[in-house]
Amino acid sequence: MRFGRLACFAYLLAFFTYLFAPLAVMGLTAFNTASFPSAWPIEGWTLDWFAALARDGEMLYGLRNSLWIGLLVVLVSVPTGLAGALMMQHIAPSLRGVYYVLAVAPVLIPGVIIGIATVIFWREATLNAGLRFLYNGTLLTVMGQSSFIASYCMLIFIARLHRFDRTLEEAAADLGAGKTTIFFHITLPFLRPAILSAAVLAFLSSFENYNTTTFAILADKTLTTVLAGQVRQGTTPSVSALAVLIIGVTTAAFLLVEFWRGGDWRRRRAALA
Amino acid sequence: MTASDGHIYLLLAVAALLGLLLLWRLARRLRRGPPRRPGFFRRTGWPLGLFLVVMVGTWLIVMVVLPQLFMIDLSFRPRLPLAQMGGPRDIYTLQNYRYLLFGSTVSTESWNAVHLRALGLTIVSAMLITLFNLVLCYPLAYYMGQVAGPRGLRLLLLLLIAPYWLNDILRAFAFRILFAESGLLNAMLLGAGLLDRPIDFIGQNIALYACLTYAYMLLMLFPLYNALEAFEHSQAEAARDLGAPWWHIHLFVVVPAVKGGIASGCTLVFMLATGALAAPLVLSGTSVLWFTPIVYDRFYQVFNWPQGAAYAFALLAICIILVIALLRRLRLSLTDVVR
Repeated sequence: MRFGRLACFAYLLAFFTYLFAPLAVMGLTAFNTASFPSAWPIEGWTLDWFAALARDGEMLYGLRNSLWIGLLVVLVSVPTGLAGALMMQHIAPSLRGVYYVLAVAPVLIPGVIIGIATVIFWREATLNAGLRFLYNGTLLTVMGQSSFIASYCMLIFIARLHRFDRTLEEAAADLGAGKTTIFFHITLPFLRPAILSAAVLAFLSSFENYNTTTFAILADKTLTTVLAGQVRQGTTPSVSALAVLIIGVTTAAFLLVEFWRGGDWRRRRAALA
Repeated sequence: MTASDGHIYLLLAVAALLGLLLLWRLARRLRRGPPRRPGFFRRTGWPLGLFLVVMVGTWLIVMVVLPQLFMIDLSFRPRLPLAQMGGPRDIYTLQNYRYLLFGSTVSTESWNAVHLRALGLTIVSAMLITLFNLVLCYPLAYYMGQVAGPRGLRLLLLLLIAPYWLNDILRAFAFRILFAESGLLNAMLLGAGLLDRPIDFIGQNIALYACLTYAYMLLMLFPLYNALEAFEHSQAEAARDLGAPWWHIHLFVVVPAVKGGIASGCTLVFMLATGALAAPLVLSGTSVLWFTPIVYDRFYQVFNWPQGAAYAFALLAICIILVIALLRRLRLSLTDVVR
């Protein structure tokens, strides 16, 4: 039994070393003075790579584009995912299986193929309809990314709806509320936490996406495609500095949300007591 | 009406036919007897029902189904300048697939060894990565689902998700630094005296496999964990009381009970690993190993979109066939997998 425990510990240690090794590498490289990105040996400590990052106009342009696209993807995919989840509840049972497979298929299709299909479709559709101005990298990227991010959002909403007490709706209906009133006063408030998590997930998935974006963005650029170009050409450690910034910002945001939720929870418990 | 207009109308007709088919089935079902449930719009009310139909319809038809159909359509057409698309030379042809198989659009004399080899290697490597991921994640998923308490679980989840805030490109870049000839890993192994010469991890594609395994690990872990959480521990105890050794319990009691979770994890990892692009671009060694960079080059190096569409569709079709074959063997349906 002692041996088993030791093996278990060794396994967990190896697993998490593997998981955190890239982060450690990025952390070391970003502060190392060596101009070729390397984590070891440390030649000296510096913050120059962060300054270089702030001067990199291409990167900043890509960042601005990525933020825009992320926002638009949230606006498209969260309502779509919500509609998809409610559809799952209301659709005729005989169609439910087919519908579910169709709605989840975008999760299983590799992002590369979604990107390719999106570009081909919009090229031909806009060409034939004389709507050339719609053939635009930002729009195509939003369309391509939203097609599968909406599925992620739908899965979040479905999970939340599983815990929904349907008798609440019935009670409201008995009291004379119309279907639309019930939706806005009962269902939507119940789904609010799920809307928040879906929005966060949608933004993060969009922000870090490369496979779909690299096809759909056409001649334009986002942060990930700029990064890919720089990394392929060989690069300076400012890429690592960017990684450190991304991890720092997301961790801070996560802790903030966690703290805020924790406060919420304490308040609710106090209200109960 | 040009031929390209024809393509559009053909596709729209297919979509309309599918819609009609569904309606017809629905109508037949309704005629067969009084419906047990009130109709769709009765249950949702008109405003909400309309919202649902419009949103879901736009999403599934314009964003999911039509793009795939257009991709398949383009893959059967020749490469033409924009002005000639839809002209008399825009005919259906198999030349793009012929090129994938034989390396030429007209002759079928020799095989297209480079591309076919890459395709085969991609499929086999993705399978190996999937298997490796399963072995790697099973113990942790078992621990999370059966052993860990709620506090430990919360911490574990946080530790697991945090590293994935790094995007694909940055992750691949980190692996390149880690596995470089003068990188951290080689420095550590040399320093510990385990090696006397650095290993070329990137040239041997070890870095690529490590990065891909890493990238899709959570897609294996979470379905496994979900299945293992629902597993009734008393079954394992019963097997132990009957004298089964621990590996017997796992292999013949736990694994069959959670095979749905295993299948869904494997499907996800396999499908997405074959379609990986960032890691192969940044980490590919001396020879072209992965198929997706080849597809990418069809589009943005050779500028032959129909050929690229054919390559993409071939990859997708092979993956889907393999997944369905696996599910058939396990007697599972696709709906079990994506739960």
